Amino acid sequence: MAFKQITSPHAHAAQNTAQVMRLVLWATVPGLAALTIQFGWGSLINVVLAVVTAVICEAAIIKLRKRPVAFYLRDYSAVVTAVLLGLALPPLAPWWVVVVGSMFSIVIAKQLYGGLGYNPFNPAMVGYVVLLISFPIQMTTWISPLSLLPDGVSHPGIIESVNIVFAGYSPADGVTGATPLDSFKHSSGLVVDQIYQNNPLFSQAMFAGVGWEWVNLGFLAGGIVLLATRIFTWHGPLAMLGAIALMSVIFWDGGSSESPGSALMHLFSGASMMGAFFILTDPVSSAVSNRGRLIYGALIGVLVYIIRAWGNYPDAVAFAVLLANFAAPFIDNYTLPRTYGHTDRRRATEKEEDA
Amino acid sequence: MIKTWVTPGGVHPPENKHQSMTLPIGDLPIPERLLVPLSQHIGAPAVACVKVGEKVLKGQKIADATGPVSVPMHAPTSGSISAIEDRPIAHSSGMLAPCIEITSDGKDTWIDHQGIADFEHSSPQMLIKIIADAGIAGMGGAGFPSAIKLNPGHQRPIDTLIINATECEPYITADDSAIRERAAEIIEGIGILSHILGNPNNILLGIEDNKPEAIAALEPHVADTGISVVSFPTKYPSGGEKQLIYILTGNELASGSLPADAGIVCINIGTTYAIKRAVVNGEPLISRVTTMTGNACGINRNYETLIGTPVSHMLAHSNFNEAACSRLVMGGPMMGFSLTSADVPVVKTTNCILAPSYSEIPDDEPAQPCIRCGMCAEACPASLLPQQLFWYSQAQDHDRLEAHNLFDCIECGACSYVCPSNIPLVQHYRHSKGEILKARDEKVKSDHARERFEFHQQRMEQAERDKEAKRAARREAAEKAKANSATSTGAGSAADIIAAAQARATAKQVNPEQQRAKFERSIAGAEMRVTMAIEKLAEAASNQTDEQTNILNAAVESAKQKLEQAQVRLADHLEKHKELDSEQVK
Repeated sequence: MAFKQITSPHAHAAQNTAQVMRLVLWATVPGLAALTIQFGWGSLINVVLAVVTAVICEAAIIKLRKRPVAFYLRDYSAVVTAVLLGLALPPLAPWWVVVVGSMFSIVIAKQLYGGLGYNPFNPAMVGYVVLLISFPIQMTTWISPLSLLPDGVSHPGIIESVNIVFAGYSPADGVTGATPLDSFKHSSGLVVDQIYQNNPLFSQAMFAGVGWEWVNLGFLAGGIVLLATRIFTWHGPLAMLGAIALMSVIFWDGGSSESPGSALMHLFSGASMMGAFFILTDPVSSAVSNRGRLIYGALIGVLVYIIRAWGNYPDAVAFAVLLANFAAPFIDNYTLPRTYGHTDRRRATEKEEDA
Repeated sequence: MIKTWVTPGGVHPPENKHQSMTLPIGDLPIPERLLVPLSQHIGAPAVACVKVGEKVLKGQKIADATGPVSVPMHAPTSGSISAIEDRPIAHSSGMLAPCIEITSDGKDTWIDHQGIADFEHSSPQMLIKIIADAGIAGMGGAGFPSAIKLNPGHQRPIDTLIINATECEPYITADDSAIRERAAEIIEGIGILSHILGNPNNILLGIEDNKPEAIAALEPHVADTGISVVSFPTKYPSGGEKQLIYILTGNELASGSLPADAGIVCINIGTTYAIKRAVVNGEPLISRVTTMTGNACGINRNYETLIGTPVSHMLAHSNFNEAACSRLVMGGPMMGFSLTSADVPVVKTTNCILAPSYSEIPDDEPAQPCIRCGMCAEACPASLLPQQLFWYSQAQDHDRLEAHNLFDCIECGACSYVCPSNIPLVQHYRHSKGEILKARDEKVKSDHARERFEFHQQRMEQAERDKEAKRAARREAAEKAKANSATSTGAGSAADIIAAAQARATAKQVNPEQQRAKFERSIAGAEMRVTMAIEKLAEAASNQTDEQTNILNAAVESAKQKLEQAQVRLADHLEKHKELDSEQVK
């Protein structure tokens, strides 16, 4: 009788990377649904287009690298990157914006660094920033939320949306409009109360900005599911949201005309919730230890707020995440957990343990 | 309810313990041949003290312990020694090791043996000797000689005795079944341990809460013994020694230290039974409870198994279906190692033989890239960062691995268990530990070599210096001797030596007049040689060859030069003396 020689442990939990990725995809559904309800078919088209591009690019590069294509495609990581990019892009953006961003994410930001597990930067955010810098007009044209459309105007239907995206048709007047973060940034001279009264984006909202609060609630719901299933720990997301809230409270400025806005507005506007639960939780490019992820998340929260409040861009999750990606290996060096039997945590760079 | 502490990390793999608990502990027929490896424990292998062909009785010693950390071996049944040679043993590498093969005579005749009825009146040292002679090594898995654990020395007083009945590995029920059926004897064994250790303040029997029957079986026997049965939530790997100590006491063992350093002795519950049998019944360790389980076997149960029983013998009596078996594991599914052959014998540390079907434990999937998801770090009971350890293992960055406390990894396998990318993390750590130990070893060797070389170099230089010093001493001695002989011909005293030196110096000072005369003589000589050379040249020019003419020409030239030099010297001399004269005049 001869048997296989196999290293321990022999038992293995049922979960695999593909399942983790699929769960992340399912968790984006509430956010995607909110985007689609509030802003029309654009986001869905973005997602589909991005996924198709990403999978083709991923397959081509893996083929070039002479690796088994099916094995690597089955991990769903390219799909996750593409879906996140598609969700982040403005609905009804021209097709080539989505394609270029998706290609850049997969080919440059992911595969050229060695593929899954080796990219130092979040691929979706690299793609997003490249687009934002290269095509500022296309990237800052947002659709108005459902309830703010002028009378008699509705979001384009699916056929019309496809025409807008692929054939360059222009959407009807009044379909595009500013986002809450935009309008807050460009409402200098008004105190917060005036903005809230005058701007329908806020006056018709429950607590943050019309439409956007639903989108953020959607991503929050998905994030809570992922937290509950232990796909990631609470440290990163909570630290980021906490930092944004804390910064908003510190610089609230009594709601004066200089105030960058309330904590609720910042937490539930732009990409706050998506960033907290779907972007900074990308484990490959984030800090590794729980303590490290607290610092990493807080750093992103602070950067987001700084750029929103005093920078040139209305939203900042992509920039903040990329800047924190730079810092992640450095954070890792100083945030090792204390190991059993050791009196103190160690530094990753030390040659000998301090007595 | 006794307070317990919660360790970080841990996993909850399916327990799969019920399968082997439907039947009581059974006996197997005595195998025709038994194979007793000489090394079943940590420490030096035993040395055979029997010869091939010799008849042995059950319980007779067949191998002696060698050195302080070692245990003897005993014949598991009566019969004859049929071979003493290298055979495949239960080892993850499938290596060969020295074994004693006994061919059973089927009679199972015991050697005369006798226990101690009242151990309370025996000295601890004597009891420790009985335990050592009975060949008892830790039966939980590591196989550390028990007698050494029980003899920690006076500088380490033992305050706490911990009995490990955790049995946290899935599938294994050897301890559970032993407790259910032999609680009284186990408690008696713990009493012996307590007596040996001078009745420590705390005797804690740690057991996971998934064994309520075992806990119930223990309860009636622990009354008035001072033993606390402490149950705690089931979680793998709570049975690790370090983990159990933390769970029961809240103390962490400092990295690299032993439980005894913290006043703790930790003994597996199966070992306490063996100790009771050794002390009270006088039986050496020749059998143990081993779980035979897994879906590739029709019968799943615990057997009282003779040490040396081939695994194939167990399988043969368990309706084993080889085609259905995905792998054969000695130990549990988390830390057990795979056997390549079923011919290997059961040893003192074998608590389980697991023969799973493909649906239970399928073949490993190919590993995917690590995405640093951190599930491993959440599962690690030692609070390590397995994903970073993996990263640096691949990079062979030994400094980083040590800074990340690689050597505090207990190889429990929780990280690999949860890894969604199917990376065999533990295997990477084992490899890296081996590499680092090898590098350390080589560093020690190269340090030795360098020191040796430097010492050699120093020694050679010293030898050279010594020689030089000797030479100098000899020279000095010779000069002294010469000086002595010189002074001894004249006067002996120091004043005489000075006088003699002064005399020699004055003698050297030449009278200017004489010197001038000497110079004038040399000029005259030179002049004469020049004339002679010219004459010779003139003579030769007529009848000699060109070559000789050339030589003679050169001779004339050289004679002229010497003349000039002599004239210059005389001129100098005259000049000098003019000055001297004028000075004298002044």
